[in-house]
Amino acid sequence: MSISEKGNPNALANAVSNLDLDTPEKPYLDSNELIINMGPQHPATHGVLRVILKLDGEKVLGTECVIGYLHRGVEKIAENRTYTMFNPYVDRMDYCAAVSNGLGYCEAVEKLMNVEAPARAQYIRVILTELNRIASHQLWLGTHALDIGAMTPLFYTFRDREEILKIFERYCGARLTTHAFRIGGCQYETYAGFEKDVTNFLSFFAPKIDEYEALLTTNRIWLERTKNVGVISAADAIALGVTGPVLRASGVKWDLRKAQPYANYSKFDFEIPIGENGDTYDRYLVRMEEMRQSMRIIEQAVGGIPEGPIMGKVPKVIKPPVGEIYHSIEAPKGELGYFIVSDGSTQPYRLRVRPPSFVNLQALDIMVRGLLIADVVAVIGTIDIVLGEVDR
Amino acid sequence: MPNFVMSYLGSTVTPGQAGNQFWALMYVLIIFAGVSVAVMAMNWLERKALAHFQIRLGPMRVGPHGLLQPFADALKLMLKEDIIPTEADQFVFWVAPLIGLLASFTVYTVIPFGPSQAVSDMNIGILFMLGVSSLAVLGIVVAGWASNSHYPLIGALRSSAQMVSYEVAMGLAVVSAVLMTSMNASGTGTLSMIGIVQAQQQQGIWFIFKFFPLGFIAFAIFAIAMVAETNRAPFDMAEAESELTAGYHTEYSGLRWSLFMLAEYAAMIAVSSIAVTLWLGGWMRPFPNLLQAPAWEFIFSLFPGLTFAGLAAIAFIGTARMPAQSFFRVQRIGLAVFAALLGFIALLLLVIAVAGRTADTSVAARFREGIDYVYWFVLKVAVFMYLFIWYRATWPRYRFDQLMRIGWKVMLPIALGVLMLTAIVGVIVS
Amino acid sequence: MNPALNSAAATMNTGMAPVATPWFFYALAGAAVISALFVITRRNAVHSALALIVTLLSVAGLYLMLYAPFVAGVQIIVYAGGIMVLFLFVIMLVNVERSSKERQFNRIWPVGLAAACALMALFVSALVKGRALFPERLVKLSEGTNTQDIAKALYGDAGRMGQYTFAFEIASLLLLVAILGAVIMTKKKI
Repeated sequence: MSISEKGNPNALANAVSNLDLDTPEKPYLDSNELIINMGPQHPATHGVLRVILKLDGEKVLGTECVIGYLHRGVEKIAENRTYTMFNPYVDRMDYCAAVSNGLGYCEAVEKLMNVEAPARAQYIRVILTELNRIASHQLWLGTHALDIGAMTPLFYTFRDREEILKIFERYCGARLTTHAFRIGGCQYETYAGFEKDVTNFLSFFAPKIDEYEALLTTNRIWLERTKNVGVISAADAIALGVTGPVLRASGVKWDLRKAQPYANYSKFDFEIPIGENGDTYDRYLVRMEEMRQSMRIIEQAVGGIPEGPIMGKVPKVIKPPVGEIYHSIEAPKGELGYFIVSDGSTQPYRLRVRPPSFVNLQALDIMVRGLLIADVVAVIGTIDIVLGEVDR
Repeated sequence: MPNFVMSYLGSTVTPGQAGNQFWALMYVLIIFAGVSVAVMAMNWLERKALAHFQIRLGPMRVGPHGLLQPFADALKLMLKEDIIPTEADQFVFWVAPLIGLLASFTVYTVIPFGPSQAVSDMNIGILFMLGVSSLAVLGIVVAGWASNSHYPLIGALRSSAQMVSYEVAMGLAVVSAVLMTSMNASGTGTLSMIGIVQAQQQQGIWFIFKFFPLGFIAFAIFAIAMVAETNRAPFDMAEAESELTAGYHTEYSGLRWSLFMLAEYAAMIAVSSIAVTLWLGGWMRPFPNLLQAPAWEFIFSLFPGLTFAGLAAIAFIGTARMPAQSFFRVQRIGLAVFAALLGFIALLLLVIAVAGRTADTSVAARFREGIDYVYWFVLKVAVFMYLFIWYRATWPRYRFDQLMRIGWKVMLPIALGVLMLTAIVGVIVS
Repeated sequence: MNPALNSAAATMNTGMAPVATPWFFYALAGAAVISALFVITRRNAVHSALALIVTLLSVAGLYLMLYAPFVAGVQIIVYAGGIMVLFLFVIMLVNVERSSKERQFNRIWPVGLAAACALMALFVSALVKGRALFPERLVKLSEGTNTQDIAKALYGDAGRMGQYTFAFEIASLLLLVAILGAVIMTKKKI
């Protein structure tokens, strides 16, 4: 029986030796040690993820993630579609937060073509992206709490998420895979009542975050299940390339919206929440606070959407000049980057997506060393992965 | 009427004490039927209450507001294919659910619904209850082993380790309650369940309030330990779906699985009854010694009728609020019939309450007394049942090692401390 | 014999009048013997353990018939509910397949049979010869106050030490030493 797909029995033990982290003392299987397979069909792996665990009794000695069950060849497809035709495909990668995928892609192509979306389009983009961030965090909260055993927050967050999805549906016709933005701006004008809907949502949602927090934040069982579980230090996080709330919970104040502002984020006033210990509880607090900060951004944006065109000066057939560009945005799960190589034609020569979940998933190994099996489920939930993004 | 039937009527002791086997058997049958109905009602309530906690409706289609859902579930489970793994030990596989069922149901012989409304008042009542409920662990261990599969075995061992750990804390909490029964003039306590409730009546205080906060802490320890005993949330790691080990009843399908669920709910009701008997005054109405005037007796005796009247009113309102389409006609009629039934029961209870309002020994008065005892007891147990569901809806679950740590390192020392303090305070006060 | 028990024996046992005593005795004793036979003849260790549980429960029933309800309750709690669970844990964690393929009965079984017959001869002769002594030597326990009597014998009563208090405390000290020893021997690090 081969232990891993690579066929190397020492793969698990030497997996991260180049990072100078703890490795198990013996690279061979002891009589107490056990190799257990979690997934790909498993209620708690948030998709088709296979995690091979090496256990000593119930303690995890090492893990290996086997991915690719949802690989659809998105990047290869991109080479055979025009830039405009490829726009709907990006929504399907991180299908829980589709709007930000579209934002990253459109901005990358706009940067390649040296065009800028007009101010009104940028405001609309910010509002929808931040609403999308709240929706993504709500989905994360519901499923994470469910994995740890609290059944009720799932229903509360999904009920409240409906309001955001209603706004999306009224705006662009779709709830989940929105295809909201176009290269050069937005296609749809805000519908009549858009500002009212968004403002109503803000006043509707503010007490809801308090409701979620009342259920979980000071609950002793929640604290015992999440404090000091899945700790990753700032140095390790940076070394592994982890971004997003996972990085910020370890104490690193890095958010692309402030560090490399895009889409007029520099105009808005908001805080970056950071944590201290880098454990599951801090990641929970960081994401809850991020929802509040998103509300702040939306409030500022919806108050002053400027008048003007919503589409920039972009030709009908998009043919970017020869060149390459890497543009990344702060998606709800981390740094979502697009690397596009253009050879002057209407189809990209190469389009590479840097998904945040894919890179964050590498940190799973470090985080679960020494924890019990029940904690593996909690840690997978707290990294907040979406397999559509990991596998593309 | 035959002598063996009539000789017991009018007695003030349980059938066991009176030696009347016919009525003991009758009581056993009534309890069996009652517990089965209670388990079905509990199933319905769990699904409905959980759904309402989670802003959904729960079963609505099978019968009005899902009231016939438990029957549909029972029917479905009975008609399912009975799958037995080929490598499993046939006899042990068959016997395992029966052990759990035996343990859960035998406890009911000592549970007192009134001063003479029990099958038998053994003078080691509480000891018997502790012993028999510890037999449930055997059922689980054997079930996990008989499945001949790795994960059920691990789940069974975990469940049984958890149950055994919390039995210790439960036993110590029970001991401190029994200790309180001896705080009377003669200095002798009793292990009999009816005796414990009568001790509370004699001392004029529910044991949960005695030597406050000692009685309350003992009650709290028992309340937490009983949730862990029955493998309910937040202590249900051993049977949670999102974990690797799937629980001891994985390989059981159809009717066998429903026997496990029956045993679990019956155990929940049984331990809640124990808690009610030991700390919450059993069958006594609130303030039996303080508010003793006949007027107060009459007011409190109206409660059963008023409760059913309230339930009937809720059912009537539900009927009125149902949509008026023909699609809902059958459900509307069904719910109206149910409401009428509840109303009829309410009327009957009110008539009995009024007819038996003097405390003489007429038939109506004895009926009224009996109904009142059973009513208050069942009401208190129902509160506990609702709490079980509330816990499940609200809290995440403990990891297994945290659960064991709490059982041994938190519950046990506190229970020991409460026991010692109760003894010391009891000696000082007396 | 001992004053404490005799004074208790003077009290009539309260409670329900016994019903169908011979029938219950033969049923319980028969169940005990048959399940004991199953314990030693089953190939499967778990079957043996289950049969042992039935034996212990039958013995608890016999204690009840002897007007000793406390002992019956404790028998159920300690033996059937505690020790048998421990047995089952151990049986399940130990490799069972190997033992089920071994010889079922020992090779020198005639010696065992001879010893058992000798023991039975001893019991029978004691019963036959000493039959006359039994009715008056038999201590009639008071069922109603059984728990209190045991408590008085173990813990003492009204300022006096009970008859077995010292032995009880020594036994609990022994158990404490055993628990400490078990913890020390099995912990990986203190």
